[in-house]
Amino acid sequence: MTLAAENLAFGYRGRRVGSDISLELAGGEVLCLLGPNGSGKTTLFKTLLGLLPPQAGRVLLDGRDAALLSHEEIARQVSYVPQAHSAFFPYTVREVVLMGRTAHLGVFASPTPGDRALALDALERMGIAPLGDAVYTRISGGERQLALIARALVQEARIVVMDEPTANLDFGNRVRVLERVRALAADGISVLLSTHDPDHAFLCADRVALLERGCLLGLGRPGEQMTADALQRLYGIPVSLAEIRTPEGMRRVCIPSFGVSGPR
Amino acid sequence: MSVRQPVTLLAAAAAVLALAAAAFTVGRYPVATPDLLRVLWSWLADIPHGLDPAIEAVVLQIRGPRVLAALMVGASLAAAGAAYQNLFRNPLVSPDILGVSSGAAVGAVLGIFLSLGIVMIQSLAFAAGLAAVGLVYAVARSVRGHDPLLVLVLAGVVIGSLLGACVALMKYLADPYNQLPAITFWLLGSLAAVTPQDLKFAAPLMLAGLLPLWLLRWRVNVLSLGDEEARALGVPAGRIRIAVIAGATLMTSAAVAISGVVGWIGLVIPHFARMLTGPDFSRLLPVSVLLGAGFLVAVDMLARTMADIEVPLGVLTAFIGTPLFLWQLATARRGWQ
Repeated sequence: MTLAAENLAFGYRGRRVGSDISLELAGGEVLCLLGPNGSGKTTLFKTLLGLLPPQAGRVLLDGRDAALLSHEEIARQVSYVPQAHSAFFPYTVREVVLMGRTAHLGVFASPTPGDRALALDALERMGIAPLGDAVYTRISGGERQLALIARALVQEARIVVMDEPTANLDFGNRVRVLERVRALAADGISVLLSTHDPDHAFLCADRVALLERGCLLGLGRPGEQMTADALQRLYGIPVSLAEIRTPEGMRRVCIPSFGVSGPR
Repeated sequence: MSVRQPVTLLAAAAAVLALAAAAFTVGRYPVATPDLLRVLWSWLADIPHGLDPAIEAVVLQIRGPRVLAALMVGASLAAAGAAYQNLFRNPLVSPDILGVSSGAAVGAVLGIFLSLGIVMIQSLAFAAGLAAVGLVYAVARSVRGHDPLLVLVLAGVVIGSLLGACVALMKYLADPYNQLPAITFWLLGSLAAVTPQDLKFAAPLMLAGLLPLWLLRWRVNVLSLGDEEARALGVPAGRIRIAVIAGATLMTSAAVAISGVVGWIGLVIPHFARMLTGPDFSRLLPVSVLLGAGFLVAVDMLARTMADIEVPLGVLTAFIGTPLFLWQLATARRGWQ
């Protein structure tokens, strides 16, 4: 199962956000999208998910043009983890996760006991099984993010697109979510995620895509693409890279210069 | 945690039945419960009951249609309200948010203004209610580039107030001795004049409206996450919304056509139902239907017994609904965030 963009131009009606995007997400790969605010990460994701029509080029799902597929067909292959939001009504976590089964249900059908078992299983895989009966609007942001990933799991899609899954999470929860991302990839699921923290790409990504004003600045292995120069160009501040010894071995980290950034 | 579904449903159904039975017995002409049961049994089994024919007339001709109409109208308004609240992701939405009541009011008032018969008045009310929502939907569709939900609600508010102006104009021009009281009476809502024919007219429409709501109950849940997430989960948001709006409008329009404008039920009852069941529409809908039916039967009972003259239903639902709603606002948080 592959998701690919072919010379994709994307944006909203009357406003182009980005163009000339070509990338392919391989099976079991974690591709991390980096880019400053307003570079078009979310818009690109929405276009890849079929929520916005491409302005040029194509989105291909296993070689088939996604524009010809229904929302239901896309949802069976690609699931979307939006930023942990607060729902409008106090659904239980279990109900929110169950909604991931919708693409597999007939139009008039409701979830079956089999669907419920899948939801329970996904909650366990995310380590939040005890929260099943909790009210989704009352759990923490990190727990919500895990619940949304569980929802993506029950959708049984081979590709998961995550929009800043670590935004609004505390230091520990960010790492926990990124560990889940790696675990998904180990199960053969491809993950495309965006983040504002380059270190997250060093932690979990097989490849990175650098997005600047809607154009790809680089696409490739983190160690090759995420140079100090590239990051400085991307974020507009001087950046140093360092190798740090950790209990698991040497790890590359990204350190911004402080006090020398001019206006953007 | 929500109350277990079968328990809630059974309790609510029993309460509604008890209320309906009580509604048959009280009124200007009280009917004893044994007499009521005998009349109903004789009607069902088609055997003579040996009671005063006046009792039979009261039970079958006068109160029967009225109690049934209260059940149906209350259930319809509450179901439509529950659907709209989930659909518009807003617990403050009522069934007339898209102008169905104002449209129906224009139709009925026009009928009265033109001195048409009651069947024509009801048909006009029904058709104008549907037409108003159709107009709102068409206007909202033609405005692009904004949040479709917001545009829909705004179009409903704007067209609703335009229709309100039409009603005001016709009231101003109406004959103050015949037409104006009839118009006012209709606008305040009443079940006093409901006939068996009205029920035959409204019941199939209400059921036809309820059907898509029930069939699409799971999709309605998903839709309450917002269009974008619903689509990402595989739900064609626009098409499901149109089906739900059509169903809710059909139910509301049929209800308003036979009862006039009865406010508050569609706003308040789904709230109380949500307190009992949580937001899952497959549990919310049946409980809303039962609570709405029971509430309107009780209010109608009050309307015809509390004073020498009938108190208009719309006035009573507002007087009862407002404090109930405020109390709920102050004490319960469960229904919202």
